[in-house]
Amino acid sequence: MTESDVATDAPSALVKLPLDAAHRRLGARMAPFAGYEMPLHYAQGIVAETLHTRRGASLFDVSHMGQAILAGARATRALESLTPADLASLSPERTRYTQLLNESGGILDDLLVTRLPGVEERLLLVVNASRKQEDFALIRAALPQFDFNPLDRALLALQGPRASAVLGALLPGAEDLPFMGWRAFDFGGAPLFVSRSGYTGEDGFELSLRAEHAEDLARMLLSHEDVAPAGLGARDALRLEAGLPLYGHDLDETTDPVEAGLGWSIGKRRRLEGGFPGFERIRLALEQGPARRRVGLEPQTKAPLRDGAELSAHDGEAVGHVTSGGFSPTLQRPIAMGYVASNHANVGATLSAPLRDKRVDVTVAALPFVPHRYFKTPAGKDAR
Amino acid sequence: MTDLRYSKDHEYVALDGDLATLGISDYAQSQLGDIVFIELPEVGKKVAKGKEIAVIESVKAASEVYSPVSGEVVEVNPELGEAPALVNDDPLGRGWLIKVRVSDPGECASLMDDAAYSSFLKTI
Repeated sequence: MTESDVATDAPSALVKLPLDAAHRRLGARMAPFAGYEMPLHYAQGIVAETLHTRRGASLFDVSHMGQAILAGARATRALESLTPADLASLSPERTRYTQLLNESGGILDDLLVTRLPGVEERLLLVVNASRKQEDFALIRAALPQFDFNPLDRALLALQGPRASAVLGALLPGAEDLPFMGWRAFDFGGAPLFVSRSGYTGEDGFELSLRAEHAEDLARMLLSHEDVAPAGLGARDALRLEAGLPLYGHDLDETTDPVEAGLGWSIGKRRRLEGGFPGFERIRLALEQGPARRRVGLEPQTKAPLRDGAELSAHDGEAVGHVTSGGFSPTLQRPIAMGYVASNHANVGATLSAPLRDKRVDVTVAALPFVPHRYFKTPAGKDAR
Repeated sequence: MTDLRYSKDHEYVALDGDLATLGISDYAQSQLGDIVFIELPEVGKKVAKGKEIAVIESVKAASEVYSPVSGEVVEVNPELGEAPALVNDDPLGRGWLIKVRVSDPGECASLMDDAAYSSFLKTI
């Protein structure tokens, strides 16, 4: 037997994570991803790790992602020249999701931007591993007057309904952070950046610290009975269930944020003022509606549809394609996402896709497949 | 049941007279991870050694299964439709895939026995 779509990067070219040895001790099956040797899953397997994340808390090592700080007077306004988010209104210790765009409004990468505390304007950026070299080169070239420093830090994600109680016991106050809030904590004398964010649809945190302290933090978190390690496989299943796009699959240089369903991340002021790459295309898409849209897809079969499958209307007309597809451990059935021409993209519309030598019906579905359960600050306890 | 014979593609054959039970090895199921769907051939289908006979979908990927023998499919495992994870849990037992009436039992001679397959796995 052969596996059709497992990446085949030469092992020698792969970068090891700082916690590589710890992953192997935990029984990880390692696989190449974006130039890194990553834990794909541990002994429990992708299904169990996904289900555990929805019930307890899972610890992911996402140190492959790019972290950097952009600093200098008016750095916020400067970064707005590359992204459509309203970053000027971002309060200190708050995080916003946005995209780096090319001149035609296509997405070069998606990223999280945090306004760091302090009088100096400093922005912490977290970008995709597969794009970090290009992103950093772009920012350096476009904004040469600013200090731009990639950070050599590990990044762990603690995700799931038990994450808050577990982290709060270790770092008192972390449990009170608002969704998309950020704070620097002290971890044994080292600064630990805590962001209440994630990529699973669950409440959770991303934890950034120097690599030499990361193993201690991972060990302390994993010693809690509610916490188990989870790999890239579960992370992919969780984000697909949560309807979250993955760069390189659901987003690329040909997709704009409006058709990608990310219009919510374009600031109101930015829609009027523009001043970001591809403003004309995005303004038109916002005014007239996009020609195609990213939608959820439910194959009416037990076999998963995979990335790249063409979608057709009843008359055989090609109307789109699958960009992410797999099996949902939570729902115990196949789910997918893809782009569909807007006139065929209504929820409930029936399309079809080839599956080996057959055709299967595929129903357009609302995203997310599994409802988000992000933290909501209790009424009367507004953090800011 | 007789001894198992393995292919380099990690399929196994258990030959009893001219009736072969086919499946994938324990190594293969561990490499695939959680199996969520298996597409099996229909009874009566002619299979040829080295040709695709089934597709196994794990959470992360689709993998083809190639027949280590030639013949005709006489039975498919009826449990796998509802419980494909049986292949993870018991690949050499309840997780068998198909039974084939082989046209040339001699084909099995070129397959590896347990010891040879164990040695082969160490080279991967």
